[in-house]
Amino acid sequence: MIGAKTMFKTKIIIAAFAALAGFAGLPAMAAEDSHATPHIERQGWSFAGIFGTYDVHQLQRGFQVFREVCSSCHSANLISFRNLSEEGGPDFSEAQVKALAAEYEVEDATAEGGRRPGVAADRWPAPFANDQEARDANGGSLPPDFSVLAKARGVTDPFPNWVFNYFTGYQEGGADYIHALLNGYHEEAPEGFELAEGKYYNDYFPGKAIGMAPPLAEGSVTYEPGEDGVAVPETLEQYSSDVAAFMMWMAEPHLVSRKQTGFVVLLFLVLFAGLMYGTKRKLWAGIEH
Amino acid sequence: MSEHSSYTPGNAVEKWLDDRLPVVRFAKEHLMDFPTPKNLNYWWTFGAILVMCLGVQIVTGVILAMHYTPNVGLAFDSVEHIRRDVNGGRIIQAVHAVGASMFFVALYIHMFRGLFYGSYKAPREIIWILGVLIFILTVATAFMGYILPWGQMSFWGATVISNIFSAIPVVGENIKQLVLGGFAVGNPTLNRFFSLHYLLPFVIAAIVGLHIWALHVPGNNNPIGVEVKESRDTVPFHPYYTMKDLFAMVVFMIPFAWFVFFAPDILGHPDNYIMANSQVTPAHIVPEWYLLPFYTILRAIDFNVLFIDSKLGGVIAMGGALVMLLIVPWLDTSKVRSGSFRPLFKWFYWLFVINFVALTYLGAQPAEAPYTHLAKLCTAYYFLYFLVILPVLSRIETPKPLPTSISESVLGKAHA
Repeated sequence: MIGAKTMFKTKIIIAAFAALAGFAGLPAMAAEDSHATPHIERQGWSFAGIFGTYDVHQLQRGFQVFREVCSSCHSANLISFRNLSEEGGPDFSEAQVKALAAEYEVEDATAEGGRRPGVAADRWPAPFANDQEARDANGGSLPPDFSVLAKARGVTDPFPNWVFNYFTGYQEGGADYIHALLNGYHEEAPEGFELAEGKYYNDYFPGKAIGMAPPLAEGSVTYEPGEDGVAVPETLEQYSSDVAAFMMWMAEPHLVSRKQTGFVVLLFLVLFAGLMYGTKRKLWAGIEH
Repeated sequence: MSEHSSYTPGNAVEKWLDDRLPVVRFAKEHLMDFPTPKNLNYWWTFGAILVMCLGVQIVTGVILAMHYTPNVGLAFDSVEHIRRDVNGGRIIQAVHAVGASMFFVALYIHMFRGLFYGSYKAPREIIWILGVLIFILTVATAFMGYILPWGQMSFWGATVISNIFSAIPVVGENIKQLVLGGFAVGNPTLNRFFSLHYLLPFVIAAIVGLHIWALHVPGNNNPIGVEVKESRDTVPFHPYYTMKDLFAMVVFMIPFAWFVFFAPDILGHPDNYIMANSQVTPAHIVPEWYLLPFYTILRAIDFNVLFIDSKLGGVIAMGGALVMLLIVPWLDTSKVRSGSFRPLFKWFYWLFVINFVALTYLGAQPAEAPYTHLAKLCTAYYFLYFLVILPVLSRIETPKPLPTSISESVLGKAHA
């Protein structure tokens, strides 16, 4: 009888937890776009879920897209060359990274002439010296920095779907959004939509008029065939998935080790809680309470 | 409380110390021998969980402060630096950020437990009042902490909330400028908020000390609300409650760790990964979830009352919603503490819980119909519950018969 009652109370506490955890999601809900953004599909990201890890080949392809296309306008100020060879990332060798860095010239006031070839410790060179130059070169729009962009965007699920995200740990809305945005261009704005000069129509961009021209098209980046010799499709769909995955890595370079640690921590806590419960029961066994 | 002491100094050194500074005696009396009702349920473990939360926030916070730079140009990147380059930084930072939410989860459960079991009633009014002060200070500390990463929500949240001060007649604008250190949120604001965010947790810790001191004078309330009558109603705090509280803490750490390792950003807002920009206003400005109930009350007053305009009215309502908690012990005059023995009270209590959840939900919704109407309704019930329902129930309700003692109650349960 006592046991049943305790169980009941414990259940209430667990339910209260779940409910309170649920409310935590409310602020995210408020971000809901009132301009009726079309539904954004979830992609099957390899890094989603508690066992998620980055696909090294995808990160390498994403890096290629970033380097050849995106980085001509977008900076990634928090990324250093060395990050590319760190564990849990695109897994380039240190020699590759050294060679890559040397291809770039970086500013260094202590070097002769103020510039020198890059080294692995340098940050990724920005395409423009400042925001004003970036705006001038892009029709007045400022290309956002890529460092944490994948986490600065999100997708708002309607109630009650967002509640489940707390239990699945789904945090890949930013990558979903980037993927959708890259696939969301229309050649012409729908009838009745005033599109300003130098703007492009995109289903997923807030307000629909985006300053960025469609950056990727079928075949615009040439992929090396994979190790197994199978060619990776050179499609917009493939490019946008790859670059979104790479941007997620830039925003969260330690995601893999974080999740791996978490798994051990949770396993420990559950087992430890079990032992603690056994001890507590034994201790209280002789007490009517 | 020296009558509970069973401490006898074991040797000459202990005796010497005990005659001069009886810390060991104090610890034995209050952390080990302290007589605690044996019928406390798991809702009572949240006090210990909250002590743990405060400790976790202080330890992680002190480490974060070693790597953080309170400057508008550097703050955002310094937080990313902690996540990317500081050893263990991504976990310490996530524990601190998630820890704020977990703190409030435990805080709200702890307060609602007090409200249900009448833990604020005589002779425990001071415990409750100190608790309310801790809650208000924690709200202030959490709010200032959210400014520090210097993201868009940090900046705009600070802008919206600091405008509250300007609603105060005559001196409002001056107070606002004093709080912000200027006319708008800027570098001086970030610096003073960082300084206060570091200071206040220690003030909170001191009040927690008083809160526990005040608790150790009358001892714990308990689920039946009948005072301890004899020693067989109680068990020593150690090992019985140290063990139970430790178990509850470990269980609490499971959802805590889940968020830290698998969804550290899910409790925040994506906009806070965009550096603060005074030129770009986010589409919706929302405070952190734990402030939403009071944000709803602030926004619910969108009409003028006589000479009080809607802005000042909202501030009065929000401030009132917090300050009113201080007088709850004198609003609920029912002699019966525990809600379990109050058939009418129970209904209004659970409606109050649902209402509070609704206030939280509404705080995240845009200010448009039907949310604005619901917000008014829920705000009205929040105040009615304390100012009308509790006093009236105390007079008209016939409580169920109380057990004569804790021991009788637990024995009755065992044989039922």
